[in-house]
Amino acid sequence: MSITLTHYLTLSAILFSLGLLCVVTKKNAVTVLMGVELILNAANINFVAFARFVDTNLDGQIFAVFVIVTAAASAAVALAIVLNLYERLRSIDLDEADSLAR
Amino acid sequence: MSIFDIVFYAFAALTVVSAAILVFSRNVIYSAVGLLFTFFGVAGIYVLLAADFLAVVQILVYVGGILILLLFGVMLSQRVTSSELGAGTLRMLPALIVLSGVLAILLRMVYKTSWSSLPASDFNPTSAKIGTLLMTDFLIPFEIVSILLLAALIGAAFIARKERS
Amino acid sequence: MQEFIRNFASSQSILPAPVIYILFMTVSALVLASLAAILALIGVYLERKISAHMQNRLGPMYVGGWHGWAQTIADAVKLLLKEDIVPKAADKLLHLMAPFIVFAATLAAFAVLPFGRNLVVSDLNVGALYVVAISSFVVVGIILAGWASNNKWSLLGAMRSAAQIVSFEVPATLAILVPIMIVGSMNLGEIVNYQVGGIHKWLIWKFFPFNLMAFLIYFVASLAEVNRAPFDIPEAESEIVAGFHTEYSGMKWAIFFLAEYANMFLVGVIGATLFLGGWSSPFGSFLNSGPLPVLWIFLKAFGLIFVHIWLRWTLPRVRVDQLMYTCWKVLLPFAFVSLVGVGIYMVL
Repeated sequence: MSITLTHYLTLSAILFSLGLLCVVTKKNAVTVLMGVELILNAANINFVAFARFVDTNLDGQIFAVFVIVTAAASAAVALAIVLNLYERLRSIDLDEADSLAR
Repeated sequence: MSIFDIVFYAFAALTVVSAAILVFSRNVIYSAVGLLFTFFGVAGIYVLLAADFLAVVQILVYVGGILILLLFGVMLSQRVTSSELGAGTLRMLPALIVLSGVLAILLRMVYKTSWSSLPASDFNPTSAKIGTLLMTDFLIPFEIVSILLLAALIGAAFIARKERS
Repeated sequence: MQEFIRNFASSQSILPAPVIYILFMTVSALVLASLAAILALIGVYLERKISAHMQNRLGPMYVGGWHGWAQTIADAVKLLLKEDIVPKAADKLLHLMAPFIVFAATLAAFAVLPFGRNLVVSDLNVGALYVVAISSFVVVGIILAGWASNNKWSLLGAMRSAAQIVSFEVPATLAILVPIMIVGSMNLGEIVNYQVGGIHKWLIWKFFPFNLMAFLIYFVASLAEVNRAPFDIPEAESEIVAGFHTEYSGMKWAIFFLAEYANMFLVGVIGATLFLGGWSSPFGSFLNSGPLPVLWIFLKAFGLIFVHIWLRWTLPRVRVDQLMYTCWKVLLPFAFVSLVGVGIYMVL
């Protein structure tokens, strides 16, 4: 097999920068959350690739399980906050959510 | 060019193309569909890395939970007459430049380091080992994560409810 | 089957090995797709005949001569030729994609079903969990269908269906966990091998009454997963027009219904594999050889489908709040009780 560790690391670097681009550029709050999920997936690929190629006692996979679970919890709470924001501001444009006083 | 390489490149292409659709599309629902296929591509990569249990958990939690949550969030917070919330080109260009710089630094570091990698071993099932590890070495994080999930459940339900006026 | 393909690929030198693997994947996908389509056709015909006889009428009688057996084929041809209407303000790409996502999800789960002694397309070590994961993929297709139709009834039906399927996955997964715990493996082939040897070894009778409870919980939750009555609020014809497939006509609607009946068959086979002995004969080793295991699994799956159809035409539809009450306040506690009960039984 000619697929080595660097292939997986390259893939995860590309995914990470695409996720970061999404978080930095988008105005829609839900799309920003999607970018965060992309970043977490890129980190997970890194963990699992190292668990396979460097350290074979599956610690990386356990860590990836915990990352998945934490991402689920954070997505739930973040979406609850976004819905609350929509109730108050009637829009989820992040540029409009710029003061604490409303 | 063995079948393993072909499958790896196919899943990697699926993941990267779907992530690009997610980032560069103006329609939020198209971004959500791009996210769906990204999750599938990442699950395929996990299978190639001999993490079979993790791949199925990825589909179960991410596609079956988080993606549906995101879709509900999108649908419950879009006004019918609003225009699409996208990013203009003016905002995209500096971000693209800076982030290609970030990508270049990451790739330089990946290719410059001499990773001490073992040769790829054969594919063993991992579910039993993950179960044992979760109950022995990683018991405390496991319990803390379950409390975290309980707190997130109660918190999200409390924050998102309609206020009774 | 994997070793057969591997030996075949390495033993001949006409085509390189990757091409053989891709060819095998394509052929098995086509076989499974046609199997799903044929089973859906048989399911539709069975539903019309059985519901007819339960309602003291005859059902299809003309098409094909003997008791109208070709009625579904005629219906399929009609649907192929029907005009495909897409609403003007609907999202065309998503409107096209949604039925295929639903069908692809159901088809992907067929790949791990054991139809005979070595007749599995893909013998996964996490087979049971994979089936649960793929069922959650169906929800995404339904939500996209509801959204893409640009119709408030579709959106409402899609959201209700999504909430229903996602809620009922929790007791269904806990009920599936019970045979996994007893056998010690998530591999569907191993679970069937544990039950080979006669009806007394089937997992539904073991550790009475907890496994029976788990089977009933799985059956009721699977009724909700395939949107069948009495849980068919998402498709209720008298309440919400036609739910998420209101704006679908012709072949796309046919794909939705194909997916629903294939899903019904899938749930029947999973229930038969996990609790009713899979492809093993109930008489021990009497009728267990040759191609007969395939007959046994189909008989058991169609038996469960018969109970699905029977319940549809007997029970009235439940309200949405009654549905959620059933899931979270009735099925879930009983699922936990059966899980803990089996655990204690196994330790003592």
